[in-house]
Amino acid sequence: MSFVQNFPFFSIIIAMFSGIVSSVLDKKKARDLSLAAIVVTTAMSVAVLRFCLMTGQSYTYMMGHFPAPWGNEIRAGVLEGLTAVLFGLVMLLAVVGGMSHTARDVEETKQNLFYIMIDLMLSSLLALIYTNDLFTAYVFVEINTIAGCGLIMIRQVGRSLSAAIRYMIMSQLGSGLFLIGLSLLYDVTGHLLMSPAKDAVAQIEAAGIYEVPMLVIVAVISVGLAIKSGLYPFHYWIPDTYGYATPTASAILSGLVSKGYIFLLIKIFYRVLGRENVVASHIVNVLFVFGLAGMMMGSVHAILEKDTRRMIAFSSVAQIGYIYMGIGLGTQAGMVAALFHIFTHSATKALLFISAVGLYEVSGDKKDFRSLRGAGYRNPLAGIGFSVGSLSMVGFPMLAGFISKLLFATSALQSPSKILPTVIALAVSTTLNAVYFLRLVITLYSIPGKDQAVGWKTKSSREVLWPGWVGRKLAILCFIILNLALGLFSQPIVEAIGSGLAMFE
Amino acid sequence: MSRIRDNYEGSRWRKFRRWLDGEVDLLALGVEVSEPKEGPQPGPATQALPVPGPAKPLSAAARRHRYQKDNRGIRPFRKAYQLMSVALCLGIISVLLWTVSYLPAFGNAGNPDNNEVSARYIERGLQETGAVNIVTGMILDYRAFDTFGESCVLFIASCCVLVLLRIDATDGDKRSRKRLEEANDRLFEPKDDIILQKCACVMVPLILMFGIYIVLNGHLSPGGGFSGGAVLGSGLIFYLNAFGFEKTGRFFTERIYRRVTLCALTFYCLAKSYSFYTGANHLHSGIPLGVPGAILSSGLILPLNICVGLVVACTMYAFYTLFRKGGM
Repeated sequence: MSFVQNFPFFSIIIAMFSGIVSSVLDKKKARDLSLAAIVVTTAMSVAVLRFCLMTGQSYTYMMGHFPAPWGNEIRAGVLEGLTAVLFGLVMLLAVVGGMSHTARDVEETKQNLFYIMIDLMLSSLLALIYTNDLFTAYVFVEINTIAGCGLIMIRQVGRSLSAAIRYMIMSQLGSGLFLIGLSLLYDVTGHLLMSPAKDAVAQIEAAGIYEVPMLVIVAVISVGLAIKSGLYPFHYWIPDTYGYATPTASAILSGLVSKGYIFLLIKIFYRVLGRENVVASHIVNVLFVFGLAGMMMGSVHAILEKDTRRMIAFSSVAQIGYIYMGIGLGTQAGMVAALFHIFTHSATKALLFISAVGLYEVSGDKKDFRSLRGAGYRNPLAGIGFSVGSLSMVGFPMLAGFISKLLFATSALQSPSKILPTVIALAVSTTLNAVYFLRLVITLYSIPGKDQAVGWKTKSSREVLWPGWVGRKLAILCFIILNLALGLFSQPIVEAIGSGLAMFE
Repeated sequence: MSRIRDNYEGSRWRKFRRWLDGEVDLLALGVEVSEPKEGPQPGPATQALPVPGPAKPLSAAARRHRYQKDNRGIRPFRKAYQLMSVALCLGIISVLLWTVSYLPAFGNAGNPDNNEVSARYIERGLQETGAVNIVTGMILDYRAFDTFGESCVLFIASCCVLVLLRIDATDGDKRSRKRLEEANDRLFEPKDDIILQKCACVMVPLILMFGIYIVLNGHLSPGGGFSGGAVLGSGLIFYLNAFGFEKTGRFFTERIYRRVTLCALTFYCLAKSYSFYTGANHLHSGIPLGVPGAILSSGLILPLNICVGLVVACTMYAFYTLFRKGGM
């Protein structure tokens, strides 16, 4: 066994340990430790990805002295490595980009607690990616939920507390359904580890027994994780949560947390329930319909919204709809498109949240998007970043969003009964996206009115007020590069996703 | 014993009454729920009660605007929502009950969960983990990674409570001082309650000893870190109630809390990492299992149980003090 194979386990433990140690550190050290942990784990994920690409196969890693059906286990393959690398990058950039605001929004003595949340969030995301055990998945879903709650409410002003309560209630509902699904699954299979559970499920399907419980299990697990990731009819917590949290938290919650649950759902579909069984149970059609509804309604809500950050949050509802539409197609190509869109959306949405902050603070921190008029001239880099993110969401060629829309459209061609709704929904949703995103971009580059730009006077005063904006510039720049990379060099990534999914089977 | 309040409208009792009467939506930070009936006229709204909560009072017009924005269309649908949620709950309950009727009967020997997994736990658990209590062997050895996750759940939950409830007097602005004053009910605690104190003198040592016994014998008899820690924590809370913060502050401060939690979790993390690493790489861990049944046996399980017990006890005590006065 080569040493690299230990890295998934190391990265989970390092992230967790840095969270534990941060509880006695002051804010600066806690921040540095957390940044270091993110960098180290991302580097390790890169090594894991390289190892899996070279060997061309996945491997399982025993957590302890007991082999598969008795002890815990984690698993790493190309797809896990790729997702971990991307999540690590987005997390690093989100923390760096929102650092100055974190220092301002969070009470001074509680900033180390903020970084504890970040560390444990990272470790739980990594564990959700790497896990090969259903109950481990549930435990880390719990950590993820509590850390998410903490990240929202740590900014104790305005409506962030009520947003946190909403998030907690909806998220707990999702966790509860997920747990019920796992218990039912354990009752009929007798296994918690994914590989033996999959064999047991295959036997059950072959024998044709437990039909009703299996249907309910698929439904309850899908709905539970869909609630937690904010699929359309359960999206009610999203706008408040993303709109009122501190920017780092918004970027992480929208970019990573909901995606972690979707990744887990796909993993369970492939590794436990079996994709054919899920497709045969027609649950995917339900996800497909709600995905389509989310694509439309999220964009419509975003158009009606005046507050920029809530607008971006509603756009997340639409994008989650895209991902579930891809899963709902039920084909391999649809899954690849959905996974690619997970990457696209994490990179783009985090970029939008971070650059929106830069635009706000040169416009007097008002909520109405009309106050941003001319902000693209006052903070050029943030303006460019926001425009790039918007164009990517709309699906401008060369950027990441274009590739995922292309993938969605081509994958729809493979499932004859769903071509028409998919393509129509893509067309309408893209138009709706363009309506509100381009409205924002045009606002950014239009001449401000007389009463505008009150909160912004000179460059020097801005630097006094907002230290640490160098970090944000760097983050925006890296996000733009990430978007371009995803858009221009999509072929190897798509191939890696395909081979990673093949390893899931 | 009653506190004199000069502003009754802003008092907690009044807020509670208003919440009870359904006048206030707590989620919207105390924005009025009952819609002003006169429409856009400023008449009734100006007489509305002041906005409770930490938000600065908004003008009546702004508040109504916010209300209308937030609760667009709620009123006509409220009844329908209530009916729908009841129907939804009943639907989910009936679906789940219906599913249960298709599940294998409870306790049947041929059930899918009576497979090789539980067989090995029961038959070889003692010799593989050294723990007489098989459940402890399962959670702290076979599936120790999950249990580590669970103790981290406790850790992060206590961090969230710290975020929410700890009042830091260092930023001595008026608001946090006021919060501190209101939260600090040490003045009202039953000082020198002779009955409580005498009972505590008898009970607390027993409770603490029982807690320690449960923790230390976790691998031999029913119990373990989680349950023993809960007993220890409740003993500490009992002591605190009888003798007050001054006495407990002598041996249990926030510094101690942090250090104990840090040491326990660090030890857990390092010990389990070592065992995971050696296990995955097929190395010998070199930790002796000892004689089954002795206190010093079953390898890492005993120290891990002590760690979990400490974390649980500290977390319980910390929750209590934080809810009581926003600090330790």
